[in-house]
Amino acid sequence: MKKNKLVNSKVVFNHSAFAKAVLLSTILLVSCSQKIYELKKVSGNQTAVDATLESTEEIEAFIAPFKKSLDGQMNEQISYNPTSMHKNDYKLNTPIGNMMAAIVRTQGEPVYYSRTGKRLDMVLLNHGGIRSGLNAGPVTMRSAYEIMPFDNEIVIAELSGKQVHELINYLVERKSAHPIDGLQILLNKDHSINKVLINKKPIDNYKTYTVATNDYLYNGGDNMSFFKDTPMTKIDYKIRNALIDYFKKVDTLNFKRDNRFDILK
Amino acid sequence: MKRRKFIRNTSTGILAGTALWSNYALANGIFTGPELEMGTKKITILHTNDTHSHIEPISGGRNDGRGGVARRAALINTVREENPNTLLLDCGDIFQGTPYFNFYGGELEIKLMTMMGYDAATIGNHDFDNSIDGLFKQLPNASFDFVISNYDFSNTIMDGHIKSRKVVIKDGVRIGLFGVGIQLQGLVDPKMYKETIYNDPIETAKDQARLLREEDNCDLVICMSHLGYSYRGDKVSDLALAAATSGIDLIIGGHTHTFLDAPEIVKNAIGKDVMVNQVGCYGINLGRIDFYLKEGKIDKGVDVVYDV
Repeated sequence: MKKNKLVNSKVVFNHSAFAKAVLLSTILLVSCSQKIYELKKVSGNQTAVDATLESTEEIEAFIAPFKKSLDGQMNEQISYNPTSMHKNDYKLNTPIGNMMAAIVRTQGEPVYYSRTGKRLDMVLLNHGGIRSGLNAGPVTMRSAYEIMPFDNEIVIAELSGKQVHELINYLVERKSAHPIDGLQILLNKDHSINKVLINKKPIDNYKTYTVATNDYLYNGGDNMSFFKDTPMTKIDYKIRNALIDYFKKVDTLNFKRDNRFDILK
Repeated sequence: MKRRKFIRNTSTGILAGTALWSNYALANGIFTGPELEMGTKKITILHTNDTHSHIEPISGGRNDGRGGVARRAALINTVREENPNTLLLDCGDIFQGTPYFNFYGGELEIKLMTMMGYDAATIGNHDFDNSIDGLFKQLPNASFDFVISNYDFSNTIMDGHIKSRKVVIKDGVRIGLFGVGIQLQGLVDPKMYKETIYNDPIETAKDQARLLREEDNCDLVICMSHLGYSYRGDKVSDLALAAATSGIDLIIGGHTHTFLDAPEIVKNAIGKDVMVNQVGCYGINLGRIDFYLKEGKIDKGVDVVYDV
């Protein structure tokens, strides 16, 4: 690799020379009367940062110890993914979104049950919260950190039937592939609601539903206002740790798109 | 090390940062470049946005092999050799996106920006991801200023540590910088941004542009934004800000990770042109804007030439 030296680093700055220079330039500026400059021409472009560029040695050397420590922990293989998955693979629901929702249920429900004696009715996460795709091949600790770099935790909110309707209206209105599990929304061709089921049953307006989500969404993230002031239980389980725990126990991932949220043909 | 032709013909000592400052007057004469007419100044703005803790080149996916801080540093050096009157700016979301942030809390990102000689950065929503205390903790590692004008930090730990505007003088040209950040409510958990108050970006931008022009006598005014490039609906964006204000020459932005083929030219509130740019994300591109200025007032009716 070609190397390039860092020339204008503030780290190596000589402070007394700097002070002198500032003094000198101040004198220069003050001694002449201040000039005015008018804009004449502007040009704009961008340069791709890629392998055709040189690398700065000092920067690489500075990064090296951080990288070494991190790589030791991140490169461990913990599962295998046969098919690449990205959050924009399909509309309305995606293999990677379905994976996220399934893992939150699989990993989160036993903890929630042991603390409250209650089961989960459904899971709702956000499409924007899937921060990276998962390539085909080995799944590592790094994959989990890339998909979920945030430190958000799984929380369980209790929603009334009415609040669940608000949740559904939110999803239907936005038609984004927010990860869901336990909930099915089928739309007609004109995008009106054809059928909505939770655990294969119609919504009971008098029932309380347990919805696993993350603390970001519970606190109104992505404008999910239907969670506001609903009873909430923490299970002290980070989403990323749920991914890591699941990957460690499952040899090969197998997630697909299905018709949990779809438009009828 | 590769050098540009005209650099090779000058004293190499000028390239060192310290020498560059003490040779201020000399540099003024030599570094304005052979292509410039007498009395014309050239100011170069380099900018990044949404670098999101991408330290190493990206591995895998559609951006495989792109980006990387060590390469960006080399590119910045090359531009500075060509024109020492260069400003390096970042438009926020420095934090979050690779395990470097999870493990080191943004220390590496900020230290590297200091090494690269960033002049200023504005604050993105993800820069609150370790809460406002996590951002505050990294401030000692930054030799550059965080500049943001529409967040009121009075009731937070950041009070007094953030600039609402900044003036940099390069080759006698007064360059005014201010920053605008996105609405935090609904985007960032309130327990992360605490009592940070969000003020209207357009009203703030009008005030800052006026102050920079009239009080600080700036020749150029640059807005560093983390509002987002453009939105459907009436959510405030860089394009909306450009059209609703005056006195701003350039808006560099972030948040929406927008890759543009070329900067956009927008008519501002008084019918003058303003340039808007954004360079995607993850340090994949380095944006560059060159301003050519002429001493004294230009004849009325002569428009600024845009070459994009």
